Amino acid sequence: MTNGHVTDWRKAAGAVALLAGAALLPLLISDPARLNFLVLILMAAQMGVAWNIVGGYAGQVSLGHAVFFGIGAYTSTMLAIGLGLTPWLGWLAGGAVAVLFALAMGWPCFRLKGHYFAMATIAVAEIVQILVTNSEFLEGAVGLYLPMDRSGPAAMVFLSKLPYYYIILGLLVVTVLVAWAIERSHIGYYFRAIKDEPEAARALGVSLTRYKLIALSVSAFLTAMGGSFYAQKEMFIDPGSVLATSISIKIALVAILGGVGTLLGPVLGAAILITIEEYSRTLFGSTGSGTDMIIYAAMIILVAVFSPSGVLGLLSDLRRHLPGGGAKPKKASKSAEIRP
Amino acid sequence: MTADILLQVLVSGLLIGLIYALVAVGLTLIFGVMDIVNFAHGEFLMLGMYASFWAFALFAIDPVVALPFTALLLFAVGVIVYQTVIRRILKAPMLSQIFATFGLMILLRGLAQFFWKPDHRLIPHTLVSGNVVLGPVQFGLPQVVAALGAVGVTGALWFFLHRTRLGTALEATAIDREAATLMGIDGQKMFALAWGIGAACAGIAGGLIATFFPIFPEVGASFILIAFVVVVLGGFGSVTGAFLAGIIVGLIEVLGGFLIGPEYKTALVLSLLLIVLLVRPKGLLGKA
Amino acid sequence: MNAPHLLAVDGLGKSFDGLVANRDISFVIHAAEIVGLIGPNGAGKTTLFNCLAGFHTPTSGRIAFEGRDITGTTPEAAAALGIARTFQIVRVFQSMTALENVMVGAMLRNKRVPEARRKAEAELAFVGLTHRADSPASDLTVSEQKRLEVARALATGPKLILLDEVMAGLNPTEVREASQLVHRIHRRGIASIIVEHVMEGIMPIAHRMLVLDYGAKIADGTPAEIAENPAVIAAYLGE
Repeated sequence: MTNGHVTDWRKAAGAVALLAGAALLPLLISDPARLNFLVLILMAAQMGVAWNIVGGYAGQVSLGHAVFFGIGAYTSTMLAIGLGLTPWLGWLAGGAVAVLFALAMGWPCFRLKGHYFAMATIAVAEIVQILVTNSEFLEGAVGLYLPMDRSGPAAMVFLSKLPYYYIILGLLVVTVLVAWAIERSHIGYYFRAIKDEPEAARALGVSLTRYKLIALSVSAFLTAMGGSFYAQKEMFIDPGSVLATSISIKIALVAILGGVGTLLGPVLGAAILITIEEYSRTLFGSTGSGTDMIIYAAMIILVAVFSPSGVLGLLSDLRRHLPGGGAKPKKASKSAEIRP
Repeated sequence: MTADILLQVLVSGLLIGLIYALVAVGLTLIFGVMDIVNFAHGEFLMLGMYASFWAFALFAIDPVVALPFTALLLFAVGVIVYQTVIRRILKAPMLSQIFATFGLMILLRGLAQFFWKPDHRLIPHTLVSGNVVLGPVQFGLPQVVAALGAVGVTGALWFFLHRTRLGTALEATAIDREAATLMGIDGQKMFALAWGIGAACAGIAGGLIATFFPIFPEVGASFILIAFVVVVLGGFGSVTGAFLAGIIVGLIEVLGGFLIGPEYKTALVLSLLLIVLLVRPKGLLGKA
Repeated sequence: MNAPHLLAVDGLGKSFDGLVANRDISFVIHAAEIVGLIGPNGAGKTTLFNCLAGFHTPTSGRIAFEGRDITGTTPEAAAALGIARTFQIVRVFQSMTALENVMVGAMLRNKRVPEARRKAEAELAFVGLTHRADSPASDLTVSEQKRLEVARALATGPKLILLDEVMAGLNPTEVREASQLVHRIHRRGIASIIVEHVMEGIMPIAHRMLVLDYGAKIADGTPAEIAENPAVIAAYLGE
């Protein structure tokens, strides 16, 4: 064997160190605003890692992930309000609903390739946002408040920010582990095959629909969990805060920026994105008057043009090319071969 | 009475549908020529609207008079975008292509928000303000002019693509890029042209819409999705298909809004997208 | 009754919007047979491959594999039954290493990663690419990529492999190696249909040749018979 085992060990050690650092970090930070900032990063990272499963590994770019986020938030909140169900179970219920929805929307939408799939996902998210906004059952545009009378671990309502920090850290770890398990199993190989050359993947017995649906479902489940967490943390949700297009965009941006199809790229992307957002807010006032958008849009375009694999890819490219990069491969042209 | 209302609804649907067609035509053209979806197309429209607004606010030039300038300006924007960004990602993985135009969309929105504030703006009075009363039906003159403009531009584009040398070359590139290159057509030039014309169409649409619609940085979002439905329904890359589909979408939107409730009209149109995908994925006049 | 043929094609036709690409093609393939499929450009060879591998649904006719009707099946189902293919224009998974490419093929029969890796290593060795196992597939030369596609197809455990121009663009030494590779595939009991323009590569090793012209089969026989068939000569010289 090659040095695979050594790098595996090094990676495992790195992961443990990273995790220990993240777990101890709140001990150094007492300022609730700073802690909240970290929570925001972890939330964005969790959503980005979840998005990456379908958008990065399987290459099916969804720009409508807010729909899963919203489904999670609304399901757990409605169950808490209506049945007094603990969010711990509500999360799973939200995930389940999101999976059902993913299967229903994936069926027609996966007939579309690439660009058009992305567009269709925006349309689906938009439809759901409109329907929820006009739904009396879900209190429409008014939004929903979580019951304030309950608090403590069972209701997942806490006065301090600290428990939220550990909950979202845990959720992020679970999400990363799921992504990692997929990456290493045959499913991960199939996802990359579908992303690279769908026709060739089919010729090797890979059912595109089946594996795309798996990718979307897993991603939807995890994104819904993120939505439920958001609802617990804010205690209030409305269509604008959990179903808006801007959330879909942010989820995708985190992964794109950090590194599409890499395990921890989205975490890096989240740290960059949230930092830009917060700084532009302090520099330019409440909504940042668009500067955060300008900065990260410029970064996205640069990443798309110069380094399709994101900031993480850029770093590893640099590392690989420094010792003197290999010969460029002859690129075979790809034309439509399945035609006469 | 009900017949009058129905007629009114149908005419409104036709008018808005023609405008949708105009927005979609540019999108479908760019897609047809180079298989790239321009996510920033709605932002081209937004730029067209702001160009009209500033022409009016700063120089008191009416949006209708400013149309040729708006078109030229957006043509330039389209070509610049092509030359600076799109040209570099032609052979890049599909993900990069999506992210590039998607990033462009966010960038243009952000710039508009930064320079022109997120406020809604209106052009208070234009040459075409007012209403037209025709027997029992009544509609806004701006909408009529916009619809006529849409017909004119789409017609001109069709003529260009099918009856002129340059247009035929563009069409040939759309059908078979490699064959066109072998015939001595400069693919790069054609792509730039497609982006220029596509953006100019969006610009004209913006100029026309600005006569009756509020102008704000995210205005493109409300049109791009509908334009996308129109492109899918009409068949990817088909200008004629987009024209017909635009009218159908307009009618469905207005009729649906009338029957079910205006708050659901966009949802209805977007559901149409999913239905088309299930029933006839290649659209009305699509080839593949 | 005899055992069913490995592949039996009966009256197969395929047209695209009125344009006929295949018309009334019938032939059979026996187990472990090496069959060359030749014909002038545009004769419909790739279309026929696409029909056999489930990428196209034939407009008319029947395809039976081991006695089972598979007309209009999907590519993934065809692969599961034991029909593997390569592509005329290579379609390797660019973001993976050579080994990982082959692993994707091996996973059809065994989803477990370590086993798929062992199988893939064996197939890479079979096509002589062991030294490239850990290289990104995109770094391989075109001729290496073609062999990689063969390894990937073999890893799916096929009974029939469709090879689309694996010898095109190779130098004489490489052509000889490719011929030997086809022969070794035959010795594993796997039948192959080979679309090829390189006659000196295919004629010596094929048991039988099928010739297409304008979408129809014009000849079916041993390489020696084909070489003297007037219809074939006319098709190749008549252009």
